[in-house]
Amino acid sequence: MTAETSTWATKKGLAQMLKGGVIMDVVTPEHARIAEDAGACAVMALERVPSDIRAAGGVARMSDPAMIEAIMAAVSIPVMAKARIGHFVEAQVLEALGVDYIDESEVLTPADEINHIDKHAFKVPFVCGCRNLGEALRRINEGAAMIRTKGEAGTGDIVEAVRHIRTLMSEIRRLASMREDELFVAAKEMEAPYDLVKQVAAEGRLPVVNFVAGGIAIPADAALAMQLGAEGVFVGSGIFKSENPAKTAEAIVQATLHFDNPKIIAEVSKGLGSPMRGIAAATIPEAERLAVRGW
Amino acid sequence: MRIGVLALHGAVIEHIQTLRSIGVEPVPVRLPEDLEGISGLILPGGESTTMRKLVARWNLREPIMALARSGAPILGTCAGMIIVAREIAGGEEPVFPILDVTVERNAFGRQLDSFEMDLAMPILGDRPVHAIFIRAPIIERLGPGVEVLARLPDQRVVAVRQRNVIAISFHPELAGETRIHRLVATMAAEYAEPREGTAAAGAEPWSLGEAL
Repeated sequence: MTAETSTWATKKGLAQMLKGGVIMDVVTPEHARIAEDAGACAVMALERVPSDIRAAGGVARMSDPAMIEAIMAAVSIPVMAKARIGHFVEAQVLEALGVDYIDESEVLTPADEINHIDKHAFKVPFVCGCRNLGEALRRINEGAAMIRTKGEAGTGDIVEAVRHIRTLMSEIRRLASMREDELFVAAKEMEAPYDLVKQVAAEGRLPVVNFVAGGIAIPADAALAMQLGAEGVFVGSGIFKSENPAKTAEAIVQATLHFDNPKIIAEVSKGLGSPMRGIAAATIPEAERLAVRGW
Repeated sequence: MRIGVLALHGAVIEHIQTLRSIGVEPVPVRLPEDLEGISGLILPGGESTTMRKLVARWNLREPIMALARSGAPILGTCAGMIIVAREIAGGEEPVFPILDVTVERNAFGRQLDSFEMDLAMPILGDRPVHAIFIRAPIIERLGPGVEVLARLPDQRVVAVRQRNVIAISFHPELAGETRIHRLVATMAAEYAEPREGTAAAGAEPWSLGEAL
């Protein structure tokens, strides 16, 4: 009877414990406490929220370890932090800090345009973004223990998040309806490992938890993501770029819980003040889109 | 017979599926009215701070305390163990103080210290239970009348029972383990329809001490 740490069950299991909840981007310990008080089930520690990263331009990298540690010390809920796509040394640093989850994120400037991080090589679990089922299964094959659909981060526009969760869910339904002898070609077409394709077809769901991210700004956005099949939501700029972050955060938590109860969503949406101003995703030039990063 | 699963957030669907697999009708509980007609309640894993907040927001504290007081079985796993404890190390206010223990949150450390192992749990029979611990709590202090159901090899207590309340640090619902849910279902059946010659549900005088 010996104990084994960092097993697949414990990595995937932490994401299972977060389901139905809201993971909030925070840039200071004070933000982290506001998020925790509002009912966040985890926080994402980063130096700037995505809308500020977008505004600042330049290269976006892993956050200052001192800032991440200060956030870890400020709250008792799990703390996640972002590494650049393919930057396995940033991931090693985050693991050394003892963060609870690493987000290999397209919000930061990619470090490798061919390879993602070999996430099996780490003891800390990873969450990765996807726009469709093939991308999700490639990430899971590399060791991701949680998936989030990408949306378009830092916009406050839900349209890309809707596109990605709808695509993912409809591709899962399509696989589940196929004959077994059709799955080989399905795997080839979606550029995903056959074994995972077969598993999704059999179970009718991803092998790991999936949250929606990228563009959630008001409680109804979170409920929309949940009704479309999300198991929880990430909210980045939507909280701390709103007029009243504490109230907005709390309202988004309640709307995620009662996502199928429009009366409650109406109630919690009252009097929140202005949401983040946002930027229509359709007006963003291709070269400035974050969701297309990842391969 | 129907057993509720507190569905505020966390490992809700896993408990629902486990209950279904043993032929029990699960009821997700998000609002007080969802508690009507259930014969037991499972408090799942998740973040106890989040659940604490949501329990208060949706006025679930009093009706769940009343359900526990009436003798219905209550099973808390991981965060569920924290929220049934009468005392939380570090001084956080209890949520449902129905189990006379002190729990320590995140007792093993952060996610990197999450682990799994087989443990003896005699109440379930000879076959060990496969226990998955995720940022798990432990029981630091046992009150009188609290029975230990499982310990780690270093003797720390990770599963207990006090009358109708069972609390465990780990996650049977992630391991395909159904025996704990069967035990709860048996207790719930007894609560719903007491056998002849046993005390009627709620008839037994209840004493949970000054915490109530």
